[in-house]
Amino acid sequence: MPKDITKKQYSNMVKKASPDSPIITNCLKAFFVGGIICTIGQLITNCCRIFGLSIEQSGNFTSIILVIAASVLTGLGLYSKLGKFAGAGSIVPITGFSNSVTAPAIEFKKEGFILGLGAKIFIVAGPVILYGVLTSIAVGIVYYILS
Amino acid sequence: MDYLKAFVVGGIICVIGQILIDKTKLTSARILVLFVVCGCVLGGLGWYQKLVEFAGAGASVPLFGFGNTLARGVMSEIDEAGAMGIFTGGLKAAAGGITAAIVSAFVMACIFDPKEK
Repeated sequence: MPKDITKKQYSNMVKKASPDSPIITNCLKAFFVGGIICTIGQLITNCCRIFGLSIEQSGNFTSIILVIAASVLTGLGLYSKLGKFAGAGSIVPITGFSNSVTAPAIEFKKEGFILGLGAKIFIVAGPVILYGVLTSIAVGIVYYILS
Repeated sequence: MDYLKAFVVGGIICVIGQILIDKTKLTSARILVLFVVCGCVLGGLGWYQKLVEFAGAGASVPLFGFGNTLARGVMSEIDEAGAMGIFTGGLKAAAGGITAAIVSAFVMACIFDPKEK
């Protein structure tokens, strides 16, 4: 190996030798899995519309079905497998929120039903609800003043 | 056609999340909070609803949609009930998702034990 190698050449060599950044693959996986979850959501929404529910009701119903489905998959241990493959594709949809509620509930059951399951069930949902509500209050105050 | 729109828009929103995870090392809990807060702000501005009208579940299923629901709930409740709606509107609109999440989580926790890793 030649000794008179510059820093730049060296970093180029490192770049060549190290594997390609997985970010493209990760993004493709997230795109497909996230897209499929949303397509399933659209299917549920369309079915609700056929049964005569309003747009708002259909949206609500879709969320509830997806949340329950993701919760069951989490209980069966399948959602974490999906998560390993899909990354953000399984976190960003509302199914990821459901998973983040169910997973700690199961995990901390052994610490008791009150301070184990009962407290840890909100370990991720708590911050999400807290900051969501705070933001919605801010939106509400601005909206009230402007209207 | 609405399935294709839902697939593409939902997929793109998830890619935004994936880029954040890969580039900034944000944990998934932070991603969830960030998305709900952003969705709530975009919903308050009225922009996100336009995306929901275009992409349907592609925009409402990701957590931006959850934030959007909070914002829209607050605004419609203010229209109906006045200032009190600032406090009651958000969670009222999001009640279905939150209740489903905690009830089904409780039931699952009663049925299943933690899986060995």
